[in-house]
Amino acid sequence: MLRFVLARLVKAVIILLCITIFNFFLIHAAPGDPAAVMAGEAGDADEAYLQQLRERFGLDKPLPVQLLVYLSHIATLDLGYSYRQGLPVAQLIWDRLPATLLLSGTAFAISLVLGVMAGALAASRQGRISDSLISAFALLFYATPLFWLALMAVVLFSVQLGWLPGFGYESVGSGYTGLARVADIARHLVLPATTLGLFFMAVYVRITRASMLEVGRQDFVRTARAKGLRPGVIQRRHVLRNAILPVVTLAGVQAGQLVGGAVLIETVFAWPGIGRLMFEALSQRDYNLLLGVFVVSSAMVLLFNLITDVLYRIVDPRIRVS
Amino acid sequence: MPRTLLIALAATLFASSALAQETPTPGGRADLVVQPEPPGLMLGLLTNAPVQLVAGQIYEGLLRYDENLQPLPSLAREWDVSEDGLTYTFRLQEGVTWHDGEPFTSADVLFSANDFLVETQSRHRNTMARVESVEAPDEHSVIFRLKEPFEPLIRSFAFWVMPMVPRHVYEGTDYATNPANDRPIGTGPFKFDNWNRGSSIRLVKNEDYYIEGKPYLDELFYHVIPDGASRAVAYETGEVDILPGGSVENFDVPRLSALDNTCVSDKGREFDSPLSWIWINNRTPPMDDVRFRQAIMYAMDRQFALDVLWNGLGKVATGPIAGTTPFHSEVEPQYPHDPDRARALLDEMGYDGTPLRLLPLPYGETWQRWAEAVRQNLQEVGIPVEIEASDVAGWNQRVSNWDYDLAFTFLFQNADPALGVERNYISSQIQQGNPWNNVEGYSNPRVDELFAEAATAFPAERRQALYDEVQAIVQEEVPVAWLLDLGFPTIYNCQFQDIITTANGLNDSMRDAWIRQ
Repeated sequence: MLRFVLARLVKAVIILLCITIFNFFLIHAAPGDPAAVMAGEAGDADEAYLQQLRERFGLDKPLPVQLLVYLSHIATLDLGYSYRQGLPVAQLIWDRLPATLLLSGTAFAISLVLGVMAGALAASRQGRISDSLISAFALLFYATPLFWLALMAVVLFSVQLGWLPGFGYESVGSGYTGLARVADIARHLVLPATTLGLFFMAVYVRITRASMLEVGRQDFVRTARAKGLRPGVIQRRHVLRNAILPVVTLAGVQAGQLVGGAVLIETVFAWPGIGRLMFEALSQRDYNLLLGVFVVSSAMVLLFNLITDVLYRIVDPRIRVS
Repeated sequence: MPRTLLIALAATLFASSALAQETPTPGGRADLVVQPEPPGLMLGLLTNAPVQLVAGQIYEGLLRYDENLQPLPSLAREWDVSEDGLTYTFRLQEGVTWHDGEPFTSADVLFSANDFLVETQSRHRNTMARVESVEAPDEHSVIFRLKEPFEPLIRSFAFWVMPMVPRHVYEGTDYATNPANDRPIGTGPFKFDNWNRGSSIRLVKNEDYYIEGKPYLDELFYHVIPDGASRAVAYETGEVDILPGGSVENFDVPRLSALDNTCVSDKGREFDSPLSWIWINNRTPPMDDVRFRQAIMYAMDRQFALDVLWNGLGKVATGPIAGTTPFHSEVEPQYPHDPDRARALLDEMGYDGTPLRLLPLPYGETWQRWAEAVRQNLQEVGIPVEIEASDVAGWNQRVSNWDYDLAFTFLFQNADPALGVERNYISSQIQQGNPWNNVEGYSNPRVDELFAEAATAFPAERRQALYDEVQAIVQEEVPVAWLLDLGFPTIYNCQFQDIITTANGLNDSMRDAWIRQ
């Protein structure tokens, strides 16, 4: 197992390097640069000011030189400075990471647990009304545009009913500490996490249901039934366990996207996370910051892919043996 | 103007006058929206709108300005301009300290004007090119001596145009990387306390402020809420008290204005006087023909845009100088919505139906809808238009490189035509790479002469005559298609009083703000 993990890690580093180089050129291919954006914001900039900015950021150097400088920094785990915010990229990402992980992690847990439970229930009640209702609700949440779902949740639970805060990570200026602060953050988390979780839940419902129905038709399940095992036991021990592999695959992919996958929700709920940081960096052509976010999110995807592969070997002994 | 907005504005005016004599109550906090999140708060390095909104409470200039752009005391308590217009003498307030406790003196003014801002701001460099010297005869006096009269100088001492920066903190350091940029130190009524990036900025009352009793509020919170609809909701739920102009989409303004205990003010933008227009690329046919440009003016229904897209706030632009900027004159010809006249001009010049590319301003839904309305207007008179959307960086690049036919924009007038208008029309400002100069490529030697003469003429009456002439020429030649003097209404909880007391509005008025109990 250790050898397997080490080999995968080496591969991951090479892939990460390729992704970084690809992203570097992709970002620079977009029209405009951070100096032009910042000069534009200044409102009264002239050519000398633009040149001053480009020199300060090293943008006056040829692109390959800029790439080499960037890679040399990355090699020492230095993600550079944000042009626009004048702060180290690592600090900006680090500051936002907890909020994003909290939101995406909670939404991920909601979607995975509810999705698998609802999918399993639907599969066991195939063709009945409850099966149709589960599928319909899951699809409804998935088909509704995410930002619309989010806004409607705010209108209902925040504006109309006044039950939950409609934006932010915590009550600004409240001075809460300890458990009171945890409770406050939890209240702010409910709407964005639930909205995002319900949105992604549909995929788990569909995959779990389809996979369980397929497994349920296989010979070993028929054998289990013939042996007289109770239906609940067959579903849990035999069908669900064998049907879970596609769910693990999907969960691995989604978990890898935890860092950058909640741009819309973070925007609507003013959640101070990485997704928004990335969007703002993109619109301002803050190259270093954008590349930094890409490096971190790519690393997360690679890491979760590795974890998924390891999980495969644990969940399904056949893979381990082969 | 929609009825709800009229009522809200009238109620606001009535409330203001009825309470004018009330004694301000100290205490409380104000929650405002800031959008987008400022990149930093060091006003000597960054001057864009969100920075001004927050940092305007931390830093101060020598003067403030009333709604007629007349100077008011700020860090200077008195000032005098010599009869020949060459010497500006300021007497500074006494007992002013920086937020770290050091005294503010004329040495700080010298450092700010001669060193810091010359290095960091192109606007200031241009102003100082007209200044012979800045002297400090004593700790509380400063004299600006000019090479030639430059009347706009008196409107160059606002908190964001010439902010005072602390010499003892910045002298001999790299200004861009000085650690104090993260914890800005000014002389203003509020001190920087805390910034949760992506969430909020907290300023607290400066207990040592040099005006006894001010500021009244204890705390200011600036909330970062990136989505327009969410900002509107934050106001509706009472989580923010004040929505600065432009915080919400225009179509949300009437609804929010009609909420209980809500006031609306269109004041406080007189210094900026944002004027919108469409750049017309004068370099290429058919836009190089003045008749084509005039046809565009006649084709556009600007009253519709004002009434429908801007809720009646603002006014139809009457030329290159906004109505609230000094030296504005309404000269002929004006361009009412007259499609027949537009068609006649197009026929006369033999326009062949060449399609045009229109760049909307990537600042939200209102601008997108406005571009669609203009496209419809132009298509009605036979000019096919294709809208080419982009993001801010893409728009900047396209406009800077003159890669467009028509492009929406709006610019600030900066309180004087010499500071915020001439850059858009004079030949020397045709410089590729900058989206805020003479992007349209208009060139008229007489206009160049008039603008140059008007900038240095003295006193103001002489300048007026020169600007009248330049407005008449430009109005005839239509280098750009003027749209509206924009109105960006501030929406706020009516319990808040005196939140806009100057021509820079919320940006430098919070020292006067208080909450009616």
